[in-house]
Amino acid sequence: MRNEGGLMTYATVPDTDPQKPRGWYKRNEIAVTPFLFLAPAILFFAVCVIIPIAQSFWISFHEWDGLGEAEWVGTANYERLLGIGDQPMDRKFETSLWNNIKWLVLYLLAIPAGLFIAIFLNQTVRGIRIYKSLFFFPFVISQVVVGLVFSWFYLPREGLLNALIGLFGFGPVNILGDPSLATYGIIAAGLWPQTAYCMILYLTGLNAVDPEQVEAARLDGAKGWRMLWYVILPQLRPATFIAFVVTIIGALRSFDLISVMTNGGPFGSTRVLSFYMFEESLSEFGFRMGYGAAIAVVLFFLMLGFIVYFLWSMYRDEQGAR
Amino acid sequence: MFPTPIEKRPRSAQVGYQAVLPLALILWLLPLIAVANFSIKPEADFVNGNYWGMPSSFELFSNYGRVFFESNMPRYLLNSLLITIPTVIGAVALSAMAGFALGVYRFKGNLLIFFIFIAGNFVPFQILMVPVRDLTIDLNLYDTKTGLILFQIAFQTGFCTLFMRNFIRALPYPLIEAARVEGVAEWRIFWFVVLPLMKPALAALAVLIFTFIWNDYFWAVVLTQGPDAQPVTAGITEFNSQFRAAYHLMSAGSIVAALPPVAMFFMMQKHFIAGLTLGAVK
Repeated sequence: MRNEGGLMTYATVPDTDPQKPRGWYKRNEIAVTPFLFLAPAILFFAVCVIIPIAQSFWISFHEWDGLGEAEWVGTANYERLLGIGDQPMDRKFETSLWNNIKWLVLYLLAIPAGLFIAIFLNQTVRGIRIYKSLFFFPFVISQVVVGLVFSWFYLPREGLLNALIGLFGFGPVNILGDPSLATYGIIAAGLWPQTAYCMILYLTGLNAVDPEQVEAARLDGAKGWRMLWYVILPQLRPATFIAFVVTIIGALRSFDLISVMTNGGPFGSTRVLSFYMFEESLSEFGFRMGYGAAIAVVLFFLMLGFIVYFLWSMYRDEQGAR
Repeated sequence: MFPTPIEKRPRSAQVGYQAVLPLALILWLLPLIAVANFSIKPEADFVNGNYWGMPSSFELFSNYGRVFFESNMPRYLLNSLLITIPTVIGAVALSAMAGFALGVYRFKGNLLIFFIFIAGNFVPFQILMVPVRDLTIDLNLYDTKTGLILFQIAFQTGFCTLFMRNFIRALPYPLIEAARVEGVAEWRIFWFVVLPLMKPALAALAVLIFTFIWNDYFWAVVLTQGPDAQPVTAGITEFNSQFRAAYHLMSAGSIVAALPPVAMFFMMQKHFIAGLTLGAVK
């Protein structure tokens, strides 16, 4: 119902001077204005986002050091990456892909953890607002600093974590130095701000829960888990959707923490696709832009699956809103 | 209200809740508290193995003083500021216009353009990295603040447009129709009718983007190098190599680097959370 009136209303605009011929712009104002308003944003977005995506695809079929001539190699980069033909899959790529999957799965823990803290804090005792802010604020700190804070927290000698587990009689562990633990250590650091983010989404959602439904359910004897599952969670669906979107995107974008905490090590065990791509493209051993672009394209398709799902959900909502 | 308000619970539960609350908070912020404690310790404490106890002397001023006077930190902070503020202005301006176009007008391709903005916003940075780096080199903008600003504006436009468009769509449409009936030009409708109504959205978005840009690390590393243009997130690596293993100074440095967005958050909390949770409630 929104815009239909636009043109019709326009036709009935009382013209102050009917004799005066109106200019082309005046006559087409409503049709032209949106494009004038969109032009700068579209220009910026096209030059810096849309066209580069296409260029990356193009570069991924080349071998290129970023300076000289790019040499067309067809799908050779992808064949090497995925191990097509008589070569094994790139070991570093395999590790990165596995780590990406670990990130995706474990990062989702931020959603229930955030919900748990939100429920814990959804009270009206004195000073609760300050508690909510303080629980949230790890999210505001840059990932670089979060990474540094956690790498000091994990230090085998100076770190507080080892002091704490020492109290319970466990020996010191060097989390970031152990290839089998390092990735989990970094994910734990990432979960800290991400949980805070999910918490704030759920706190806002809980605020909007319909109190009458809760009361009615209470009269019917629902409480605790059953209340949460059947009455509260369905009403929190918009919050859950956003929490899901930002957590998935955050997991696949993980780069800062890895770069700061381990720089991909020990022995390359904490690489993920985004980090491996960066390493290949701008490494000390010469820039391998083509190979890097091929990794980026794989990551892009991995993400595209989720993006299409998100857009489809939003499209359904748009249709429902009309 | 869910869960049951604590006032309706027995007295013991209330006391228990009040007691658990601060403990939970300390546990939650433990890594940060440890770093804050590091940053006010004298160097001697690290030599003597007093890592977690009380500082043997209170060195807040000398540690933070060294961060400000004996390193490139002030330059990096200034760079961050000079990058962040123009980006915020640019991204908010572009997206307010784009959001107006997408939220108010019905035309062919409206939803398609809108979805391209959203999709572009979710794309992994790495697929843009090589071409964008190349583009900045071609334009002689590599390792300049301008290059970083222009690119950040473009990239943030996706998210900002999503935000603005949804906000404008929720505005009362009859206001715009009424203005049209009066014969008000379209750009005047934007400027005098829609923009004043968008103040809360502009504030929320500005605070949010400020934090995002200040905290960006990836593009800072890809598009800049050295203290001339690098923001503090990238500069802190150089800072840390200058004070290698001097944990008291490194922690002071990271606290300084993290502080501006934190201050912004605590000052503009309402707007920040409103921006972040837009869409979390239907």
